[in-house]
Amino acid sequence: MSLDTATVRRVAALARIRLEEAEVARLQAELNGILGWIEQLRSVDTEGVEPMAGGAPRGGPTRMPMREDVVTEGNIRELILANAPDREGDFFAVPKVVE
Amino acid sequence: MRPTDLTIAGALEALGRRALSAEELTRAHLEAIEALNPRLNALITVTAEQALAQARESDARRTRGEARPLDGIPLAIKDLFCTAGVRTTAASRILHNFVPPYESTVTAQLRRDGAVFLGKANLDEFAMGSSNLTSAFGPVENPWSRRNDPETRLVPGGSSGGSAAAVAARMALGATGTDTGGSIRQPAAFCGIVGIKPTYGRCSRYGIVAFASSLDQAGPFARTVEDCAILLRSMSGHDPKDSTSAEVPVPDFAAACRRGVRGLRIGVPKEYRLDGMPAEIEALWRQGLEWLRAEGAEPVEISLPHTQYALPTYYIVAPAEASSNLARYDGVRYGLRVAAPDSDLRDMYERTRAAGFGQEVKRRIMIGTYVLSAGYYEAYYLKAQKVRALIARDFERAWERVDAILTPATPSAAFAMGERTDDPVTMYLNDVFTVTANLAGLPGLAVPAGLDAEGLPLGLQVIGRPFDEETVFAVGAALERAADFKALPRVRAGA
Repeated sequence: MSLDTATVRRVAALARIRLEEAEVARLQAELNGILGWIEQLRSVDTEGVEPMAGGAPRGGPTRMPMREDVVTEGNIRELILANAPDREGDFFAVPKVVE
Repeated sequence: MRPTDLTIAGALEALGRRALSAEELTRAHLEAIEALNPRLNALITVTAEQALAQARESDARRTRGEARPLDGIPLAIKDLFCTAGVRTTAASRILHNFVPPYESTVTAQLRRDGAVFLGKANLDEFAMGSSNLTSAFGPVENPWSRRNDPETRLVPGGSSGGSAAAVAARMALGATGTDTGGSIRQPAAFCGIVGIKPTYGRCSRYGIVAFASSLDQAGPFARTVEDCAILLRSMSGHDPKDSTSAEVPVPDFAAACRRGVRGLRIGVPKEYRLDGMPAEIEALWRQGLEWLRAEGAEPVEISLPHTQYALPTYYIVAPAEASSNLARYDGVRYGLRVAAPDSDLRDMYERTRAAGFGQEVKRRIMIGTYVLSAGYYEAYYLKAQKVRALIARDFERAWERVDAILTPATPSAAFAMGERTDDPVTMYLNDVFTVTANLAGLPGLAVPAGLDAEGLPLGLQVIGRPFDEETVFAVGAALERAADFKALPRVRAGA
C-alpha cells in the first residue's frame, strides 16, 4: 500500500500539522519507506491470537489498583495558568473559534 | 581519587566517613559541567545554584545523623522528567518555555532519598531517536572517539544521549533515562557505561513526558552495575498516580549484584545472530557466554522466532501511541503558540505543531495518525498488537528453559554524526536487540564488555523475567567482573 499526496495531506490535516507544499513529496517518500518496511507483518500468522494491549508482562501483578474516587488536589488555578501562552482573567485565551 | 571518578557506592562511603562533603562533590561536578558541556552539549539546563543548595542541605542532614540512601549524590535528570519549577523541554521547541508546576514521581523519590540534581540532560526530541541528533537544543557529542580518528565526532546514541554522555564524561555520578525501544541501553552501550530498563510497571511514569505509554519505562545510568542497582531501588515502587505501576515489593537490587551466577541457565537466542553483524560483536557475545560459563552458569540455545518482526511492530505501536499522546501540544495551555493575525483556532493548532515539532516527531505522528485512521486500524494497529503478543509469548516459552538471556546490546559501536541519517529505517535498526524487551515488558540491562578495533565501547545485554531485575543484576555484575572494563573516553573530567 502506498500513500498518494492527497493522503499525505489528509493525514497531516488529521494530525493538525500544517504542511508546506515543498514538504509533501519528501514526507510522502519517507512515510512510504516506513510503511513499506512495516508491510512484512502481513506475513505473520496471527489467527486466534489475542492482541496485547498495554505494556504489563504476563507473570506480573494482574490487579489494576483502584483508588477512592475523591478530589486529591485543587485550588491551584494560578499554577495551571502559569504556562498559558495567552489568558484572559482565569481562562485560557484562544483565537476565534466561530464567526 | 578525583571526586568525579568515584562510583556512587564509593561516594556514599566517602561521604559517610566525612572524607568528602556533598558540597565538594557537587562543586567538582559543576566544574566538570562548566568545562565540558560547551563541547558535549549533554545538559540543556544546568541548575547550579539549586544543586549547591541541595548539597548543603544534604551535608546538614548527615551532620544530624539523618543521612538518606542517596544523600549528596549528584545526578543528571533526562529533560523528559518534569521537575517542579525547573524548565522541562523534552528537547522540543514546542516545550521550550515549559516550567512544570509538579514533580515526576521518579525524581521526587530520588530527592526524597537525598540526591542532588545538577541539571536536565539533552535527548532526542520527545525521546524519538537513537542518535540524539533530533534534539531542538542541538546534538550531543559522545565523549568517546575513534582511536585513529579523534576528530570525527560520534553520536552518544539516543534517546537518552545527554544522560549517557554526562555519566561517561564524569559530569554526573549517575543519571535518569527513559527507554521506549532502547533509549537507555543503546546510549549506555555507545558511551561505555551501564544502564537498565526495568520491567514495565517497576517505575512510575507519572510526570514523565509521555511518548508511547505501553512501552515507556524509566531507568538509571551509572558507571557500575551496583550503582545502577542503588539508583533503581530509589526510583522504583508503586505510585497511586500511575495505575500501570505495579504493586510489587522493591528488593535490595544492590545485594543481588553479589549473588553470582552458579547454576543459572543463560539463553542464547539464535535469531539474534544477524547477517552482516560485525565479527567483533559476535566474538564479544561468545566471550560473554564463556565468562558466565566459567562462573558456573550454563548457556542454553533458545529460539525467539518472532524477533524479526519486533521493529516493524514497534514502528506501528509506538507512533500510534505517540500520535495520541502528542495531541495535547496544541498551543493552548502551555508551550509554544504560533498564529497568524487572521488565524482561527484550527489554523493556530496547525501552525503551532508545524513550528513546534521537528521532522522525526512529525513523521512519527503522521505514521501513528495513519495507522489509527478509519479503515487502517485493523490492518496495522490491531495486527501489530497481535504480533506483539506473539513476541511476548516467545519469551514466556523461553523462561521455561532459562533464567536470563544474553545478547549483544547494539548491532554496532557508536557511529559518526551525519552517518545513517538519510533513511529513517536505517536509523531504526539500531534498536534491533533492545526493542523486544520493551514490547514484552521485560527488564534489560546493558553493560560495557569490550572495545572494538577502533577503541570504541561495545556492550552486552541481559534480559530477565518480569520483575526479576535481581537475576539481571547478578548476571550483569558477573559480566562486569569478568570484563574488567577499564577504558576511558577521551573527553572526561580531569583528562
